[in-house]
Amino acid sequence: MRRRAVAGPFAITIKEKNADRIYCLNAEAEQAGLCRGMPFSDARAFCCELESRVANTYADHHMLLMLRRWALRYCPWVGLEGHDGLTLDVTGSAHLFGGEALLLADLRGRLARAGFSVCVGLGDTRGAAWALARHGEGVAPPNQPLEALSQLPVAALRIETKTDVALQRLGLRTIGALVNAARPPLARRFGKDLLMRLDQALGVQPEEITPLAEPPQYAVRMTLPEPIGFYADVMAGTERLLAQLCAKLAAHDVGARVLCLSLRRVDGAPQDIELRLARPLQDAARILPLFQRGIGAVDAGFGIDQLRLSARSIEKIPAQQLSHMASSGRKDQLDDLLTRLGARIGLENIQRFLPADSHIPERGFILAAAAFSEPSQAWTRTQPRPLCLFSPEAIVGHGPNPPKRFRWRRMLLTTGRAVGPERIMPEWWLEDENWRSGLRDYWCVDTCEGRRLWLFYTPQNPAWFVQGEFA
Amino acid sequence: METGCGFIYGGVMRTDIALSFPLKRACVHEVCGNGALGFSAICAALAREQMLWIRERWRSDVVNPVGLAAYLDPALILLAQVVSQAEALAVAEEALRDGAVPLVVIELTRPLNLTAGRRLQLAAQAGKTTGLCILPEGMGSHAATTRWRCSSVFDSQDADSTLMHWELIKNKSGTLCDWYVRWTPTKPNPADRLAVVSPPRQ
Repeated sequence: MRRRAVAGPFAITIKEKNADRIYCLNAEAEQAGLCRGMPFSDARAFCCELESRVANTYADHHMLLMLRRWALRYCPWVGLEGHDGLTLDVTGSAHLFGGEALLLADLRGRLARAGFSVCVGLGDTRGAAWALARHGEGVAPPNQPLEALSQLPVAALRIETKTDVALQRLGLRTIGALVNAARPPLARRFGKDLLMRLDQALGVQPEEITPLAEPPQYAVRMTLPEPIGFYADVMAGTERLLAQLCAKLAAHDVGARVLCLSLRRVDGAPQDIELRLARPLQDAARILPLFQRGIGAVDAGFGIDQLRLSARSIEKIPAQQLSHMASSGRKDQLDDLLTRLGARIGLENIQRFLPADSHIPERGFILAAAAFSEPSQAWTRTQPRPLCLFSPEAIVGHGPNPPKRFRWRRMLLTTGRAVGPERIMPEWWLEDENWRSGLRDYWCVDTCEGRRLWLFYTPQNPAWFVQGEFA
Repeated sequence: METGCGFIYGGVMRTDIALSFPLKRACVHEVCGNGALGFSAICAALAREQMLWIRERWRSDVVNPVGLAAYLDPALILLAQVVSQAEALAVAEEALRDGAVPLVVIELTRPLNLTAGRRLQLAAQAGKTTGLCILPEGMGSHAATTRWRCSSVFDSQDADSTLMHWELIKNKSGTLCDWYVRWTPTKPNPADRLAVVSPPRQ
């Protein structure tokens, strides 16, 4: 957005209730008479120069979470308010910024510099602050919330649209009017909800904000008074960091999948060692030896004065039943080997075969990264299949029966025994260039020279090919 | 005539195959010839343990696990796809030294020099694992414990089993010999599947 600034009315649309509606709009668009929730086609009819983009609610939420984290600089209690707001409980922390007014000015200034246009409301209660933020910004004076709120429309009370419309019809258009109205008829007509909202805004009824829990951060760091450079010293430092990190991982029942050890050199050059594990681990004694190769390759320069170890990717480790029968030692050793080999050739290059449900020979299996898959036992084999498969190599042959003599890879071969045909149809639901020639009749051909080949004939497009070799 | 111990045909005393096969542990062996893949599959089938198969990524032919299922459970195979021979040797050495996978099969396309061969040998000794290099003929190293040349043989009588000719062309701890063996995957007992047979009549 910042890269392609828009001059003039602009709106973000979202698909809601079977129509593209306006999700968010700028000041120019509001001046043109548009509002939130309006169907986008209507909006375009009102304002023909309106530009729009489709909303990305996921990115919005992510942004809001980042803002929430930033807002922790003002107070320790920050919660989300709907999909586009934050609630801060600044009770007792406003004086750190020189009072409420200065705090608000600071907040506005910083957000404006970052390119946000914000509406800020400040009040004794959460309800009052909400009302002020959504309906004509302002600060409610302490202990007299009604002073600031009385002129605001009733919609500022966080009530349903239905209630709002009904109140408008009764002539109760402002909060002031609602306060002066008799309470029992209101409660009978609209239920307890309206009065509860009113009381919350005026501070008669208390209301808490629910701050989000801080997500645990899996990173530890060690800063050293004197730089170190020996391999053993760095390993010792890493060991201490790992012990801390693994305790944290174990407390949350998670394991690290990707670890990153950042070594900061005295001259400022960072050295990152990334360790991708074959299984999520939380065992310091197992992880440490896996770092040996990476640390050995580091150029320490004039020394290293800070070590930082972070778990870049974590996965849940479900609790497992311990048993005296379990032979997990072998499996653990294998996982560690995979990790070390993975550090050398890439973890996704160590693969395992998984069965696939297809009778096309080259699609009868898939290769999956061993670290991210479980072995499968479901191998079915009804017809003989060659040990080695290659892309079809053409040979000279005529007719539907295998040729008596043929030349393959510069060898003159004589058919001794031919078993077949086994007809395999192409899978029409998948587009495959190699199967364009139609169905295939496969033959197992034992040649008198010894080679056992897998030949096929394409009757729809007569030709002979060799596709595999048996043992 | 099938037998499990030393046997005689044509008036020549044959060495027992059991002295050299199954392959000795903590050693690296080599195999060449067109039946090398079948030989490796049979080695893996007899071991019935986790194995690592190292091959170069650029190769257009693939090992077919559906075909291998006749020999062993393909779930036991881990495939390491490497870029070059140097990487293949590095991976093999690390895996052999670690000992977590009892059998490591390495498919090589370029000659193996003495240093590389010896390094593999030492790694296998340290990890008590078996290494098996599949090589084109004449590219092996002097460090190999045994070298086999395997070729498939046409058998006009029996279509259900696979007849092969295994020649032991290098042996550091014994004599050279050759055998005709027959692999019958349909036999219920895995130990019976491999049998030494007399040479086919010409």
